[in-house]
This record gives sequence, structure tokens and C-alpha cells, in this order.
Amino acid sequence: MEFLNLLMAAEMGQGLAGIGAGIAAIGAGIGVGKIGGSALEGMARQPEAAGDMRSNMIVAAALVEGVALFAVIVCLLVALG
Amino acid sequence: MSSVAIAQHEGHASEPVAHDQVSVEQPVHADTNMHAHADTLAHAAHDTTHAEEGFKIGEMIMHHISDAHQIHLGGSLYIPLPIIILHEGHLDIFSSSNFYTVNEHGELDYRDYKGYRNHHEMIEFVGENATHDAHGHKVMDFSITKSVFGMMLVIVFMIVLFRSVANKYKRNVGKAPSGFQNMIEPFILFVRDDIALPSLGKKKAAVYTPFLLTVFFFIWMCNILGLVPFLGGFNITGTLSITLVLAAIVFIITSVSGNKHYWGHIFWPPGVPGFVKVILVPIEFMSIFIKPCVLMIRLTANITAGHIIILAFVGLALMFGQQSPIAGYGVGVGSVLFMAFMYCLELLVAFLQAYVFTLLAALYFGDATQDHHHEHEHDHDHEMQHVH
Repeated sequence: MEFLNLLMAAEMGQGLAGIGAGIAAIGAGIGVGKIGGSALEGMARQPEAAGDMRSNMIVAAALVEGVALFAVIVCLLVALG
Repeated sequence: MSSVAIAQHEGHASEPVAHDQVSVEQPVHADTNMHAHADTLAHAAHDTTHAEEGFKIGEMIMHHISDAHQIHLGGSLYIPLPIIILHEGHLDIFSSSNFYTVNEHGELDYRDYKGYRNHHEMIEFVGENATHDAHGHKVMDFSITKSVFGMMLVIVFMIVLFRSVANKYKRNVGKAPSGFQNMIEPFILFVRDDIALPSLGKKKAAVYTPFLLTVFFFIWMCNILGLVPFLGGFNITGTLSITLVLAAIVFIITSVSGNKHYWGHIFWPPGVPGFVKVILVPIEFMSIFIKPCVLMIRLTANITAGHIIILAFVGLALMFGQQSPIAGYGVGVGSVLFMAFMYCLELLVAFLQAYVFTLLAALYFGDATQDHHHEHEHDHDHEMQHVH
């Protein structure tokens, strides 16, 4: 009985890690999507400032992706360790 | 070799599994490049007829992400690296090829050597004639591993490149840039003008710009080295220990160059009411340590995630190839295209992560050496005087 619980516990951990990674992907998608959307809107309003907006958009996207990747690393550690 | 040792070891005659036999069940080594893709596909198909365990994608990915004591160039070609161990006062230096033999599948059969064991690429001391699951003691491992070797390559490359460019500048004073100067100058100006100067101001930028340039090019070159195919799969900036050191250096420089405005703003933030200070000061104090930690994890996570995605696409084709060769080739076409796209994205990420690390380091340095800003009340007083 304990062995079965152990098996179930291991599978639960790995399955939940998969769900966690999926949620992290949702977070990254929403975050970077909002950044890209507002950057495009700004570029449409003022095309002369497009270069500035582009670089700031990329920096902000990198920072937001960093947060999403924390979650991915945690899920990886759960799944593989 | 250890099976002979086990036969000699009395009282353990019933020990079923020798150290060698476990490694036979190691999965097929797969390379993360398109050239070896075809023959590893054939390899995987060949292996399924062997009644061995098949291709384990998790182990393949972990093998390519982790550090190792030898460089696996593909197939059966391994370059052993020196192992330098300090154990109980004496120094042992030997080649890592003492720890393994390459079998016919191109995998490694591990064995013990001089009482040391290479357990999943971590060296531990188990003593002579140890059994398979003997408890290993920690040793001080100063070996040249794959990541250390990669860093040495990057350092040599950077020194050669930048010394030659600097000498060119000395010789061509006032003349137009030529050769490698043309390539390097935009990046150096980019770091100086777009990263260092806006955050630090002209006076203080000169102090920190050398460090910012070094860390920018070091991280960028290490990231690119990890992406070069056919080279043994370096993952330098994807290891937490290396980015930990980079972030620790940023932390040390920030703390050492913090002036009284910096520390004042952390422990006695101006312009906030008292009860908010009670909440804000612990947060500000923790952020001194959290900001370098975040720098470390951001770089590691981005680079490692990129490597894992590329490896996963390749592994996907091999996993399907286990079912049937047709499925393998079919999935292989799509997965190779996706992998090529992710490769281009990873090239962008390599530059971007170096830029973000350097930018944030410059921001922290600028924060630490901030000038005194006028308070709000002073501005009102100045305006009143201008009215008169």
C-alpha cells in the first residue's frame, strides 16, 4: 500500500509539474502579448518613435520572460528531481 | 574492472549488479545537430532491435545540459579533460579517460579509479574495491570540466580579439577603422553610449564601463559558444554556479560603491510616511540580495530553457523513430524546421540576455552612485524665489 502511495506521489509530482509549466506559459503569453500590443499601438500612433519603442519593448519582454522562466525552472526541478 | 574487484571482495559474492552493468542501460547518446540527426535516427532504429532500453529523452536532455568531465564530440569521439582533486591534503591530477571506456554504441562504461568514482559526472571518493552503492565522500574538485574549458576558450578568444583591436587603434590614431575594428566598434559604442552613459552619467561611467564591456562580451560569447553545433554542447551560462559568480560580482561592486544616498534611500526612504517606512525598509533590504539573485536566475533560465527546447525537438523525432522509422522521418522533418526556428530565436536570446544583464548591472551601479536629488519642498522654494 505504501509503495502504491509512493508511486502515486511521484506521478502526481511530475503531472503537476506539467500543469505548472503550462500555467507559466500562459503567464508569459499574456505578459509579452500585452507588451507587444501596447508597443504596436504606440508605434501606430507615432511612427517616428518606433525605434525607441522597439528597443524598450524587447527589454521589457526579456524581463517578463525571465519571471516566466523561473516557474519553468521550478517545474523542471520538480519533474526531474 | 570493478567486476574483478567485486569478485575479490569477500562477503559480497552475492552482490548482483556491478558498476559496469548499470551503465549498459544508459540511453543512446543523441547530438543536437542536424548532421548527426540522420545517423542517430538510424542508430535509434538499430537499438530497438537490440532489446535494450530505448531512447530516454529526459536523460538525453539532462546529459546535454549538464557539465561533464569529457567533451563528447559525437559518435565514439570523446576528448578527456584533466581531473584535479584535492582529497585529504593531497592533490591528484589525472585524465578523466581513466574513468571510462567507450563501448561499441559510443556510450561510456564507467569504472572507479584510484578510489575515486565518477558518479553522474560528480567525483566522489569511495575507496579501493568499493561496491556499486558504496557511500561516496565528497572531494574538492578543481577539475577542468567542459564548462571551465569553454570559459577558457572564450577568455582566450576575447583576449586575442580585443588586444588586436586595441593595438590597431593605437596604430591607426585618427584614421578610419579597419578590419576587426569595424566589427567591434559598434558594439563597444553601444555598451558605452546606450548602457553605461544613460545610467551612470559621463563622470562615473569611465569607472564602470570596462567591467560592463567585459561582462557583456563574456556572457554573449559564452551564450554563442553554447549554441555552436558539432562542438560538444557547451552550456556555460546555463549553469547556476557560473551565473552565481557573475551576479555576486555585480552585488559586490554595487555594495562597495554604494554612497550614503544609496544606503540612505534603502534604510530611510525619503518622502514616505512613517507607517509605509515600516513595510518598505524590509522590502528594500531584501531587494539588495534579491536583485543579484534574479540576475543569476534570469540568465541561467533563459539559456537553459533555449537549450532544452532545441534538444526536445530533436529528441521528439528520435522518440517517434523508436516506434517506426517512417514515423521518425516524418516527425523529423517538422521537428527539424521548428528546431531551426528556435535556433534563430536562441541566437537573439544570446545577445539579448547579455544586454539585459549588462543593462541591469549598469542600472544598479548608477543607483549605488546616485547624486543627491532635490526634495520636493526645495523645488517649491526655488519657484517662489523665481517669482520675485
